[in-house]
Amino acid sequence: MRPLEPRRAYAVLAPGLLALALLSGCSSRPPAGAGGHAPPAPRARIVEPPPRYRVTLAASTLREDQRILHVLNRLGYGPRPGDLERVRQMGVERWIERQLEPERIPDTALEAALGDYPVLAMSAADLYRDYPPPRQQDVQRFQSGQMTPQEIREVFPPERRPAVINAQLQSAKMARAVLSERQLQEVMVDFWFNHFNVYALKGPVRWMTAAYEREAIRPHALGRFRDLVVATAHHPAMLYYLDNWLSTRDDLVVPGRGRRGLNENYARELLELHTLGVDGGYSQQDVVEVARCFTGWTIERPQQGGGYLFRPLAHDRNAKRVLGTTIPAGGGKEDGLAVIDLLARHPSTARFIATKLVRRFVRDDPPKALVDRVAGVFRKTDGDIRAVLVAIFTSPEFISADTYHAKTKTPLEVVTSAVRALDGRLEPPPAPGAPARVVGGGLTLARQVARLSAPLYEAQPPTGYPDVAEAWVNAGALLGRMNYALALAENRLPGVRTDVGRFLQGVDRRQPAALLDRIVSVVLQGEISASTRRVLVSQLDSPEIVRATADDRGPRNTDVEKLAALVLGSPEFQRR
Amino acid sequence: MDPCTRRAFIKGGALSALGIGLDGMPRFLLRAAAAQGTAARRKTLIAVFQRGAVDGLSMVVPHGDPDYYGARGAIAIARPASGQPETTVDLDGFFGLHPALSPLKPLWDARRLAIVHACGSPDITRSHFDAQDYMESGTPGVKSTADGWLARGLQATPRASSCPFRAVAMGPQLPRVLRGAGAVAMGSIAEFDVGGASMTGAVDARRGFESMYEQGVRDLLYGTGKETFEAVKMLKAAAPQRLAPANGAQYPRGRFGDSLKQIAQLIRADVGVEVAFADVGGWDTHAGQGNERGQLANRLGDFAQGLAALERDLGDRMDDVVVLTMSEFGRTVRENGNRGTDHGHATAMLVLGGPVRGGAVYGRWPGLRRDQLFEGRDLAVTTDFRALFAEVALRHLGVGPTAPLFPGFTVKTSGFPGVLV
Repeated sequence: MRPLEPRRAYAVLAPGLLALALLSGCSSRPPAGAGGHAPPAPRARIVEPPPRYRVTLAASTLREDQRILHVLNRLGYGPRPGDLERVRQMGVERWIERQLEPERIPDTALEAALGDYPVLAMSAADLYRDYPPPRQQDVQRFQSGQMTPQEIREVFPPERRPAVINAQLQSAKMARAVLSERQLQEVMVDFWFNHFNVYALKGPVRWMTAAYEREAIRPHALGRFRDLVVATAHHPAMLYYLDNWLSTRDDLVVPGRGRRGLNENYARELLELHTLGVDGGYSQQDVVEVARCFTGWTIERPQQGGGYLFRPLAHDRNAKRVLGTTIPAGGGKEDGLAVIDLLARHPSTARFIATKLVRRFVRDDPPKALVDRVAGVFRKTDGDIRAVLVAIFTSPEFISADTYHAKTKTPLEVVTSAVRALDGRLEPPPAPGAPARVVGGGLTLARQVARLSAPLYEAQPPTGYPDVAEAWVNAGALLGRMNYALALAENRLPGVRTDVGRFLQGVDRRQPAALLDRIVSVVLQGEISASTRRVLVSQLDSPEIVRATADDRGPRNTDVEKLAALVLGSPEFQRR
Repeated sequence: MDPCTRRAFIKGGALSALGIGLDGMPRFLLRAAAAQGTAARRKTLIAVFQRGAVDGLSMVVPHGDPDYYGARGAIAIARPASGQPETTVDLDGFFGLHPALSPLKPLWDARRLAIVHACGSPDITRSHFDAQDYMESGTPGVKSTADGWLARGLQATPRASSCPFRAVAMGPQLPRVLRGAGAVAMGSIAEFDVGGASMTGAVDARRGFESMYEQGVRDLLYGTGKETFEAVKMLKAAAPQRLAPANGAQYPRGRFGDSLKQIAQLIRADVGVEVAFADVGGWDTHAGQGNERGQLANRLGDFAQGLAALERDLGDRMDDVVVLTMSEFGRTVRENGNRGTDHGHATAMLVLGGPVRGGAVYGRWPGLRRDQLFEGRDLAVTTDFRALFAEVALRHLGVGPTAPLFPGFTVKTSGFPGVLV
């Protein structure tokens, strides 16, 4: 959420665009938070181009600061100390507009941190080469107890095991959520990955997941819906996860290896989960016909990180009929693309995607009128995700007082927002050969998310993780959240450094009420219910919160970490 | 005092006498509890959901059906051959168990295991998500149902009480089937506390959280918080994790075995469990399903070893326990192009325990000839899952016959499969 930086100005080539920029008043806007210096005078030929999407929030009874908090909590992973002021200076609408064009937001701190995770940039084939599975004969020797742990480490070194891949992916995802200035982009990458879920622990998918997110999800997260479907349909990770790589025309016989045939798995989930929705109006026969269209879409050498391959021999060349539309015989690979076009433009898809997005950004039970309007925008813009998001963000439903704090945070959201609230620092992953107890901050946070029952990249069912409170609020999970709050505030998480005391400078340590006010202001921006505040105030007298010094004469010492943990574990902090 | 807490209070009292302490529990309550002696044993149902649609035709093999071996090529389970380990374990000359289920054969022989075959939903969906939802809400075809059928059942039992552990689900998320019952979900007994045992000041933090969540009970977050802390206190007193598996029971490694082991601990610690729930995945065998060995066989082996260990561990308590397994649908009769099976219709469900009229396969067998199949491809449903679940709820848990267990479905005792005594 770093504000506009003058040095990231753009050379404007088209005079028309320059005129537009000046008209929009963009160049004259002072860069917020520039340390009190006067903004540099706009130079004639270099201005920041105007935003592509204009955002005007609807009228609302929320106070301005509440509106900013709401936006920071919904479009991102919650505010860090100081974010409220920064966005206030920039203007919350301007902040949203910038979030819609993440490529224009500098993200240097994150980029530096991601350098620790080489896996992110590697191809599946390279990952397979560098992090190969153990050889079969070695596995048998491990299991039969013929080898000592030391011998196993030599034959199958921990830093070259396939598990490294997912550890890096998970760490990087946490680093992005915590550090990225492009918060909306990270939220949307998470949303679409979950929508087009693959399970990283299904066979060779572990070598494909990095590329899947990088190539099929991330580039289109704020792009066009159809491109997401096309990219995921072609990707080896999806082809493997939902078995389409195995699906062939029903009468295919491979010499010496027997009959092959149709596999309906991908076709069904494409209809039910990726596009139309379960009530989207398709039949079992449509599932079969779609599966026939995608026959031959397979993977070259799936076990070694190969790419997409169309096998004409495996393809069903006969005509198909999908949702009442005939797909003529002999279409080959194009059959699948024809199906995707049909599905991406289907009114049920517009409605299904609108419903899911409104559930993510507005409330668990999506208001019907809003879903209708958003679905209309989806259809009119041919699935332009940014236009759809703008329709949601500018709706009265989004910014209404009922919507404020109406969502319960998911495990990823609660873990991330708490670190951001305390401005926690993530230590980099240890160098190879470091003792096993040294863990990077990203991995520690990912493990916390997993303990709250949503391990990253490891949702097994194709539905991904649910996005409603009921799924996440239960006794065990709630205890997990409180324990996380304690460990984080007390600086007990390996590789995650927090210092509650930093926020309390200038507050008298002997005045627990003043300390509490400051903590509530830092963590919840003062947005706390009267009853929770009352409970916290009553805690201030308890001997564990306020400790007398040994000689009973020095200043009393307040356990500010525990106080901060109580605030982070409060009902208020579980909501966004 | 509610009977569910007696034993926990007694144990707490013993601990207090040893000076270990049990925070916040008035002494007079402990004495009162101790005076009442051991509570009468309650009936317990353990529900196990095989998520992902288990292939009922490989789990309980209709080896006597003339069309079974024709429809299934490489994935068929070999005909029973006595003395040969990797063949179907014959039960009654027509049906047999997958060889990986042989740990359950002694239960069949002891008439404590019954099977309901060709069981499933009247709804035709082949979506995992919808079918699981319907099987848990108990309302096939209706998505708007807010609560689960087990939750509704619990509310309609004569012993209805507010024990925190009356309904407990092992796992990170509360399953749909128990929504609306104030059920507790826990990943593990050990992690079910604030702060953990080794942390100083944990009790204090717990009190702080507890008071914060005590405020308003009308909302999901607050309501859950309140139940959570009641449960935490009770579990601390009962300390079920100290109970090692009894009678030499050996649970398989992994999440399913751990879940069953902890369910047994909760039952043996007498914390008042009436319904326990565990789920186990890995049944969606679209490719490389395997036959006597392989992917499905491994899952079934784990499944059977877990159930057998649970039965052994609970010992004579099984007289009051019924274990009911379920899965959202079965799989295609024909093997698909990848030595696997796609989504089908009916499957098989197991019922085991003391009150079970075991040693029999219940339900009408619809046959596997093409014209006998549902939509020409799947095993047809001849027993509506609601008839089976209703029998268990009414006969075992004591749910009243007019309770709204399955809205839109008339519960008739004459329609029960007859699996319980």
